[in-house]
Amino acid sequence: MRRFSLIAVPYIWLLALFLIPFLIVLKISLSDAALAIPPYAPQLDFAGGWGAVKAFFADLDFENFEFLTTDDLYWKAYLSSLKIALISTGFTLLIGYPIAYSMARAAPEWRPTLLMLVILPFWTSFLIRVYAWMGILSNEGLLNQFLLWSGLISEPLTILNTNTAVYIGIVYTYLPFMILPIYSALEKMDDSLLEAAEDLGCSRTSAFWLVTVPLSKTGIIAGCLLVFIPTLGEFVIPSLLGGSQTLMIGKVLWEEFFNNRDWPVASAVAIILLLILIIPIILFQRNEQKQREAEGQ
Amino acid sequence: MKRFSWFNATALTLGFAFLYLPMVILMIYSFNESKLVTVWAGFSTKWYGELIQNEAFLNAAWVTIKVAVFSSTIATILGTMAAYVLVRANRFKGRTLFSGMIYAPLVMPEVITGLSLLLLFIGIGLDRGVLTIVLAHTTFAMCYVSVVVSSRLVSFDRSLEEAALDLGCSPWQAFRLVTLPIIAPAVISGWLLAFTLSLDDLVIASFTAGPSATTLPIKIFSAVRLGVSPEINALSTIMIAIVTIGVIGASLISKQASLKQQRDEQAAARG
Repeated sequence: MRRFSLIAVPYIWLLALFLIPFLIVLKISLSDAALAIPPYAPQLDFAGGWGAVKAFFADLDFENFEFLTTDDLYWKAYLSSLKIALISTGFTLLIGYPIAYSMARAAPEWRPTLLMLVILPFWTSFLIRVYAWMGILSNEGLLNQFLLWSGLISEPLTILNTNTAVYIGIVYTYLPFMILPIYSALEKMDDSLLEAAEDLGCSRTSAFWLVTVPLSKTGIIAGCLLVFIPTLGEFVIPSLLGGSQTLMIGKVLWEEFFNNRDWPVASAVAIILLLILIIPIILFQRNEQKQREAEGQ
Repeated sequence: MKRFSWFNATALTLGFAFLYLPMVILMIYSFNESKLVTVWAGFSTKWYGELIQNEAFLNAAWVTIKVAVFSSTIATILGTMAAYVLVRANRFKGRTLFSGMIYAPLVMPEVITGLSLLLLFIGIGLDRGVLTIVLAHTTFAMCYVSVVVSSRLVSFDRSLEEAALDLGCSPWQAFRLVTLPIIAPAVISGWLLAFTLSLDDLVIASFTAGPSATTLPIKIFSAVRLGVSPEINALSTIMIAIVTIGVIGASLISKQASLKQQRDEQAAARG
């Protein structure tokens, strides 16, 4: 009995507040928009008996999904989210890898402090970290003041409200997610492997590419997916740092829901976003599994 | 022998400068006299004074803390139960679905979690307010808690619990007297994680909050959409200071606790 309630309480909680809401989104994405509150039809009415249930299923259709293919705003938004997520994941890796690598080479007594310095920004508000860049990147912001003062540019650059600002924001906020898994892979690496490679005639550079990078592969994959997956549906960064031309699907979904109040279309947008995310999520799970097996040996 | 080169030193310096400079600049400019955030006009604490008098912010802060305390506490209880089930109960009907529901919210985009919960609350006619935000935050935070706690439970020596049961403890007593003290560090860090996730959340709260309850992130977001303001800088500085003190304090305490444990173990080994 005790065992039953131990399982049942969290189970029922998740069914009621995770699975059922998700099924509701799925259902509404197949419903028609209506000028009502809630602004969609049809609703399932069990009082009507079997006939009502049949009518309910007959009313469901893929209209909203068809609508998404006719208006090119949506597929442009998906493509541009994918592009932004891919490019910023690449930049995060380029910046994060040298940091993680250097942390793993630091003296062991320094490493807990360095690790703490990477984790600390993660505990501070995401919103504040994005906001901090608004004052730096604006036309009369500190970056432009500095560049004008140093004589590198003669006119202020427009960075805020462009895609460049979005890339900077994503790299900045997600950098710890990239550093941590790569660091934990590199920290476990056995240094004698590098010595062996060099004894056998490898240059230091080729030893890095042939030994260090392959050994940190699981860390690189985990880091890239930890950045890519949340970036794809990102809302805060494009709406604060991006401009009107920055198209990201998280923002489109938000506007569809709050501004246009078109719930069925917003739900269809959400379902397609999830379908796109399934592949990277499965890749991530398999990578984690591999890592666990490697550690178990 | 590891070689720490000039390259490593440069990478770390630039990397940490990149991570910390924006926040340091933000904090410095919170003490700026001028309303124009980018022009330095001398030191002043007037924005802190205005912040304290801003009732809308104070109310939002109070709502946020209430939501965070309730949701992280419920999430810790549910998450620990879920971790126990995941690690200990190997076979029961629907186990795959259960572990799927624990891991899925971790990767679910926030806009989708928020949207789906809002549609549920409207569907069952629940008025949006503090209660709905607590329910929403509890749901995603319990998944994080259960991941943290289950990683500790996996490495836990089960024979200790069995010994307690053999010596006449009830299962609940064994859990309370043996298991809980050992997994306590993970439970506490799970609670802290849930607490900060709740404090921090904008997207899910925006979907699930009604007009009667506004959280601090929602308030900050609507203010900064209009541009940079010194009051928000002051508020951010206070929040960063609290988090920094909290995290460093917690890590010092846990370091001391683990040192003490080491000493105790050594003493016990010497007998």
